[in-house]
Formats: sequence, structure tokens, C-alpha cells
Amino acid sequence: MRARRARRRLSVVVVAPAVLGATFLVLPLVGLLWRAPWHSLVDDLTSPEARTALRLSLVTSLGATLVAACLGIPLAWVLARATFPGRRLVRAMALLPLVLPPVVGGVALLLAFGRRGLLGAWLLDWFGIRLPFTTAGAIVAEAFVAMPFLVITAEAAFRNVDRRYEDAARTLGARPATVFRRVTLPLVAPALVAGAVLGWARALGEFGATITFAGNAPGRTQTVPLEVFLALESGRSGVAISLSLVLLVVCLGVLVGLRERWLGPSARAEP
Amino acid sequence: MTTMASRTRSGTLVVAVMMAVAAACGSGSSTRPSATSPPVTLGVFAASSLTEAFTDIGRRYAKAVPGTKAELDFESSSDLARKINDGAPADVFVSADEPNMDKVVSAGNAAAPKIVSRNRLQLLVAKGNPKHFTGLADLEHPDVLFVLCAPEVPCGRLGARALRKAGVVAEPASLEANVKAVVSKVTLGEADAGIVYVTDVLASGASAEGVDIADAADADLEALYPAAVVRQSTHPDDAHRFIDFVLSPEGQGVLARFGFRGP
Repeated sequence: MRARRARRRLSVVVVAPAVLGATFLVLPLVGLLWRAPWHSLVDDLTSPEARTALRLSLVTSLGATLVAACLGIPLAWVLARATFPGRRLVRAMALLPLVLPPVVGGVALLLAFGRRGLLGAWLLDWFGIRLPFTTAGAIVAEAFVAMPFLVITAEAAFRNVDRRYEDAARTLGARPATVFRRVTLPLVAPALVAGAVLGWARALGEFGATITFAGNAPGRTQTVPLEVFLALESGRSGVAISLSLVLLVVCLGVLVGLRERWLGPSARAEP
Repeated sequence: MTTMASRTRSGTLVVAVMMAVAAACGSGSSTRPSATSPPVTLGVFAASSLTEAFTDIGRRYAKAVPGTKAELDFESSSDLARKINDGAPADVFVSADEPNMDKVVSAGNAAAPKIVSRNRLQLLVAKGNPKHFTGLADLEHPDVLFVLCAPEVPCGRLGARALRKAGVVAEPASLEANVKAVVSKVTLGEADAGIVYVTDVLASGASAEGVDIADAADADLEALYPAAVVRQSTHPDDAHRFIDFVLSPEGQGVLARFGFRGP
């Protein structure tokens, strides 16, 4: 009797802030829908500026996902399987862009890959490659913030692979590359896809690092979030809200579609 | 439930304080607040380019008019104009351009703005001017990377107009969101030049220098800073006094020290 009452009280204690929490997160989105200029939505989204920004965002976010996958998945593999001094530090550094203010990330990218940067000066001198103010620079900025999502999901997936399958393949004479391709990869593929899609959504919404590192050049680096910001600055709130709605719908779709896969591996967590 | 109750209570408190303040001001609005009357806090919304100068002016104003102080809020003029039109509690609005002031005036939230200062454009280049810029025409050189403010912000509108007037056809590498972003692109060496205000060149210190623009003194290339009392102000007399103080020799002296010109 007492136990049941205690449980019920606990549930109220939890449910009340939970409802408040959900309201707190959902209300701003409702606000966006409430003020959305539905009658001019099509015009706002098909204006030349909006179309350019949407196309560019698609290209840069996909490019960034590709870069993040090519570099992030091997990194995740090493973090999950290899033991070496400083591994925990490397993992922390790989996840840093998740919590770093994106503007700080953008400044750091400038100091590394800018024209006067650590590597950037060398890139310019030897190959004539300049990243700031270019689409490639926007891709770099987006990859920087998207990669941790891939690393975190892929590392958990590599850890969760039952090593006995790999051992069995090896004792049957498969070479390491074959084991990876035929055994490990199929086991982790769903998690890799989930990580890539999540990273893509993050890249799509990237603002601070992009505007700081790649600048704001229409058609080259002015992605949808930058166009939203500048549309607000000039009082074109209709365009800003319409484009925000597009990002919102895409990201919501991604998260709803991914929920099971994303929660799957991380819920099982590390052994 | 507790949250709701405490919110209601603090809400009541705020209303009570506001009523007390309103009563205090309403009863003797024509007399100066004496040492015994509650202190007056003016909400001054000022464009972010005025940050350093107005911080100093606010300090001097509090000293010159005892019992009052200015609470300064610095943001882009368009953000401030939007906030005032959404009912933010401001007493004075100082915009970095006329269009944003016009937005507030045409919404009926301010009247009769006065120009309190002006600013001119300059070309910001690296210290020592390594690429030997002499004016806007040098921006046409294919090896030159230059940045401009976005057309959505005042410095971008003026900068584009300056280029048009000089007959310069050159594509900027980037249209930065605000003038300070243009400054940092040049001081970090990512861009060779940027069009900014004289005041920004002064504020950038030892890392960069300014090159004059031929037509910078033309009326249509100058940035104007209009100031007005906000209609919802609870201290309109003090708000007018603050604007007069900005226009006084002391206020203008401070502005001049930061590179601003007189009205």
C-alpha cells in the first residue's frame, strides 16, 4: 500500500517536469509554425536566393558527410579496437566539436586551414589551395562539426560487434581485410548509416563555423542557415521562417526515422 | 505547482515595482529627481558600433546627472528596431542608419529622431599596407581578396554604393554578417582588404591600418546615427536629457575620440 503510494508520488514528481521539459522544447517549434507565412511559402522557397542556398546546402552537407565518413569511421575503428597511450585524450578531442561553440571552431579552423594558418599557408604555397571563402571551406567547416556524430556511433558499433564472429572467420583462413568487409562491416552497417544521417543533419544546420571560416558568399558558402540569419537581419522574416521550416521538417524526419537505430547501439552501451 | 506559484508571486512583485516607479515618475515628471527620489534607470538601445563610445558616455552621463544611470544594450540596429517594435522596454534608441530608425518611427514607436553622429568609410588593410592599396580601384586587381559587409547591414549598403560610385567592378570574396567580421578577416590575414568605418580602423589598433576612400565625405556615403526617445518610455524627460547630453560638447568629445564625426 505504502509502496504503491510512494511510486505514484514519484511518478508525479517525474511527470510534471517531463511535461514542462517537452513543452519547453516543443513550444519554440510551434511558434515557428504559428508565424509561418503559409500563403507566401512557395514564393519564399522558390526565390533565387533561397533556391541557391538550398542547392548549396544540399551539396555541402552531403560533401561534409562524405568527408566525415571517410575520416571518422577509420578513427572510430582505431578508438574501438587499438590500445595506445593517449587514446582517451584522442577520443575526447574527436568529440570536442560537439560541445565547442561553433564560432570558436570556425576561428580554430581559420588558424589551422586559413591563408595564414598552420597547414593552410602550406596548402596555398604548395598546391595553390585556399579554403576560406570557398565551397570546399564550407564543406570543411560542416565536416568539422558533423564528424563527432559519426565517430561516436561508429565506435559504439565497432565495440558491440561480437568478436567471436571475426575470430571464426579468421580461423577459417580469411585475411583481415576480408574479415572486415564480409563480417564486421555488415554487422555495423546500420549504425554507420545512422551516424552518417545524423552527421548530415548536423552539417545541414551548421552556422557558426561556416560563417566564421568560410564567410558568406552567395552561391559559394551562403548555406540555408546563413541565409536565414541574413534574411532576419534585413527584415525578410518570411523567407527566414520558411527556410527554417524546411530545416525543421528535414531534421525532424531524420530523427523520427532514426530513433530506433540511434537508440539501439547506444542503449546497449559498452560492455 | 511550486514553480507556477512562485512565478505568479514574482510577477506580482514586478507589477508592484513598476507601479511604484510609474507613480514616482508621474507625480513629479517635470522636477529633477532629488537625492531622496528613487534612482532613474534609462534603457538605452544603441547600435553595436557605438559600444565603446557609448559605454564612456553612459558613465559620464550618470556622473553629470546624479540619481540617473543609463543601462546600455548594444546590438545590430535591425535587431534593436525589431525589439522596440515588439515592445521591449527602451527609453532611447540610437540606430546606425536611418532605415532602421524609420522602421520604429513608422510603427509609431518613436518620433522626431535627431542625428547625433556620423561615420565615414575607409579601406582596412594589413599593417604597413603590403599590397600598396591607394583606393577602391585597387580592389579590381585579380590577386586581391576583399570582403564587404552583407547588403542586409548598413555598412554593406554603403560599401556597395561606394564601389558603384567609384565605378569599381570586383566581386567580394565574402559578404560578412557585420562590420566586425570584416575587420577580423583582414586582421587575421584571410582577406587583403575590407570596407569598414573609420571608427573600426581606429578600434582595430596596431594590427591593421586604413586607406582613405576618395568619395568617403559624400553625403550619400556617410553613415548617420539618428537618436530618438521611444514612445513607451517611462522617463521621457530623462531620455531627452540623455540625447542632449550626447549632443553636448562632452558627449561629442567622447565620440570624436573614437573617430565619430559631429552631426
